[in-house]
Amino acid sequence: MRIRLTSVFVDDQAKALHFYTEILGFVKKHDVPVGETDRWLTVVSPEDPGGTELLLEPVGHPAARTYRDTLVLDGIPLAQFAVDDVNAEYERLQGLGVRFIQEPLEMGPVTTAVFDDTCGNLIQIATQPE
Amino acid sequence: MADDLFKALADPTRRTILDELTERSGQTLFEICSRLSMKHQLGISRQAVSQHLAVLEAAGLVEVRREGRYKFHDLNTAPLRQISERWPLPDPPGPEESTP
Repeated sequence: MRIRLTSVFVDDQAKALHFYTEILGFVKKHDVPVGETDRWLTVVSPEDPGGTELLLEPVGHPAARTYRDTLVLDGIPLAQFAVDDVNAEYERLQGLGVRFIQEPLEMGPVTTAVFDDTCGNLIQIATQPE
Repeated sequence: MADDLFKALADPTRRTILDELTERSGQTLFEICSRLSMKHQLGISRQAVSQHLAVLEAAGLVEVRREGRYKFHDLNTAPLRQISERWPLPDPPGPEESTP
């Protein structure tokens, strides 16, 4: 068994595609129309194009909004991405106007930071030793 | 008010929360929980941290700030002044040469 796909609920798929590719630097993998307005929209890391895909899933269900909003209020991220250097990513993303709600924090071997993906979610980036 | 203050300070976990907010004011609940578990190895539930924060808030030591979709916790040390007003600190020793 392998993890090939994981997902985040997004307010607006077009806006999410922009943020996850132009700002974060992922690349589009699949973009297939589903129904009237939705798309099967996934991105992957350019460092691992055959790796786990992230599905940018429309937040259609009201319960999903409640779930996300409640987590955001308490600052809880919905996904974590690995980076080589949290501090460098923090500087880069801040320069692109990304809003961080937790600045880089070193906790033992792990350093993390949390930002807003502009599509309704908080995302954590982390650097940890292999 | 004074009772709330002393009650808030009596607990070691709450003092640790104040230490962490001294390092960086304006933390989310998630950041406070992360610091307690990762930096201090305190196995404490999110609910318990919320309760500690409520006690600190009642004492005026922590202020909760809503900003858009987020909620941040700020440190306010002003209530601690009550302690030194009630039991004044000794005057700090001045430089040798200026002592009469």
